[in-house]
Amino acid sequence: MDLDGILSDPAIRTVVCCGAGGVGKTTTAAALALRAAEKHGRRTVVLTIDPARRLAQSLGLTELDNVPRKVSGASGELHAMMLDMKRTFDEVVLTHTDPKRAEEIFANPFYQAMSSTFAGTQEYMAMEKLGQLRARDEWDLIIVDTPPSRSALDFLDAPARLGRFLDGRMLRMLLAPARAGGRSVFSLVSASFSIVGKTVTKILGTQLLADLSGFVSALDSMFGGFRERAEQTYRVLQDRETAFLLVAAPEPDAIREAAYFAGRLAADRMPLAGLVLNRVTTVSAPAIGSAGARAAADETSAPLSDLLLIHAELAEQAERQAEVASRFSTEFPEVPVATAAAQPADIHDIDGLRRIGDEIC
Amino acid sequence: MWNVADNKRGAGWPARLHVVTGKGGTGKTTVAAALAIALATGGRRTLLVEVEGRQGVAQLFGLAPLPYEERRVTGTADGGEVRALAVDAEEALLEYLDLFYKLGMAGRALQKVGAVDFATTIAPGLRDVLLTGKVKEAVSRTKDGRRVYDAVVLDAPPTGRIGRFLNVTAETARLAKVGPIKTQSDGVAAILRSPMTSVHVVTLLEEMPVQETADAVAELSGLGIPIGRVIVNASRAPRLVGAKLTPAEVRRGLKEAGLPEDRETVAGLVAEGRAYQTRLEVESTLRAELGEIGRPVVELPALPGGMDRAGLDRLAEILLKAL
Repeated sequence: MDLDGILSDPAIRTVVCCGAGGVGKTTTAAALALRAAEKHGRRTVVLTIDPARRLAQSLGLTELDNVPRKVSGASGELHAMMLDMKRTFDEVVLTHTDPKRAEEIFANPFYQAMSSTFAGTQEYMAMEKLGQLRARDEWDLIIVDTPPSRSALDFLDAPARLGRFLDGRMLRMLLAPARAGGRSVFSLVSASFSIVGKTVTKILGTQLLADLSGFVSALDSMFGGFRERAEQTYRVLQDRETAFLLVAAPEPDAIREAAYFAGRLAADRMPLAGLVLNRVTTVSAPAIGSAGARAAADETSAPLSDLLLIHAELAEQAERQAEVASRFSTEFPEVPVATAAAQPADIHDIDGLRRIGDEIC
Repeated sequence: MWNVADNKRGAGWPARLHVVTGKGGTGKTTVAAALAIALATGGRRTLLVEVEGRQGVAQLFGLAPLPYEERRVTGTADGGEVRALAVDAEEALLEYLDLFYKLGMAGRALQKVGAVDFATTIAPGLRDVLLTGKVKEAVSRTKDGRRVYDAVVLDAPPTGRIGRFLNVTAETARLAKVGPIKTQSDGVAAILRSPMTSVHVVTLLEEMPVQETADAVAELSGLGIPIGRVIVNASRAPRLVGAKLTPAEVRRGLKEAGLPEDRETVAGLVAEGRAYQTRLEVESTLRAELGEIGRPVVELPALPGGMDRAGLDRLAEILLKAL
């Protein structure tokens, strides 16, 4: 895959790295950002979600403050930031409503629950932050590391889900009395809803409903803004300025997730640039097969027998990984693949990121 | 602590609940399945539950996606049985409503207007209460005066979300001060904090998973949720420990064994050996860090050939011995 071509292309302004958790997504995003800044002279910002502590430190990210900071160890213009989900949500609220209303919203227990734990809030806020970074037009290239979701699809679906939620029948029903100026949550809704209304009241209790109603009517003023942003975000992802990179390891789960995601991107007409395959086992002595090594290991003594067993296991693992990885390339032959070898030690400095960049590009 | 004796005590004792978490990619589903097999040994019956809609259990056993229904997925040679269940929050809610409110049509009406989706979206804690509530039900279910399951193994969300997932009371208490949701979450919380529950954290000997293991143990301990074991997955065999590799020696050995001994092969083998040694050093540092957590550690070997039923049985055997 021509990753250097992507990183140096002035027409590409956003690279989104996605994939299952535990496949080195953050490291890949950071390595690509470093390379874009150092090798291609692009003013680059990398938006990380939850980096390993030492990697974060090496990028100069000691606090979660939602502001891009220049990475001192890199030559060229590399900036990095860590997403603060709650703060980003608060900012969105403040943008769309007056300070008094915002205070009410912040104080509501439903807002507190939703802004910190809403399934998809992190994903939605990552996209929101991406939108903000793009709007500032300060960067040549924005590289986004996506959240370690239950499913890699969560962040794609988050904007739509939020839109659906805000448009939902349930929300409209709850809002009906508020909009009509009524006091009781369910007093003015239609007869067909009353059975549901009774049920909801029975299960949730009146205090909870009062809080909910307050939250929903407070949100009402921001609906338009929320939906518009959600749609904008989605369009940004379809933009030709955006390139998606799948990140995976040659393990069944990660490959299955990557394949699922590739299909989904195609269905949503989102531009998939390629697959970065991390943690690939490499065999340095291919002249000796695994069976031969195992047989010989039985006949010799340590340390050679140990060495031969290590080699045999490496060869077996490489073979299995190749089989697993081929499941992806059989399904998506047109998607280019870059590979990075498994590292004996973890990467947590700029030099390490540089080496990874050299390897995959 | 895992205690086989408790499992044998019969109807009077609620089944043990084993919650398995770990960073994504550490193999927690595999470990959860192996544990469910281990606990089924001796003609017992266990339930393996997944809650994240990933269908990881079905994939592991090479089955079609599991419905919201308890199904036998495998057995042990001595007559034990492992059943599996993929819990779906929406189905769990409807079942719950039916059970406690005899809702019938009204429940379906709720689903139709998107109330379920709405409720679990606006109050994500509610989703977790439903999921853990279903697990609680399975743990305490009896039939003819006997427990249906000797043990329940929960393939739980990853370490990053486990505290929130298990701390159901706090999440829902913010929203529901009284009423049935409060009662339900209190019931779940009581089970999760009782000695019948044990949370095991799966890790690899890699920096991030070890860090997250320490964080999760600290978080869960703070919440008063009992921690079981730290389970190291895919641990390497101690090979070439302290050995000095010289190319000349390796070449001589290869020649004696009748294997290729060209310069590239020798250099390649030596490089592989040194990388292995480096990895072992990193692992031993991380192992020491895990030791500092202060929980018993079980190590499961790496299976270079990939995971199959024989592999699962091997892991189950090791887990059983560690019980």
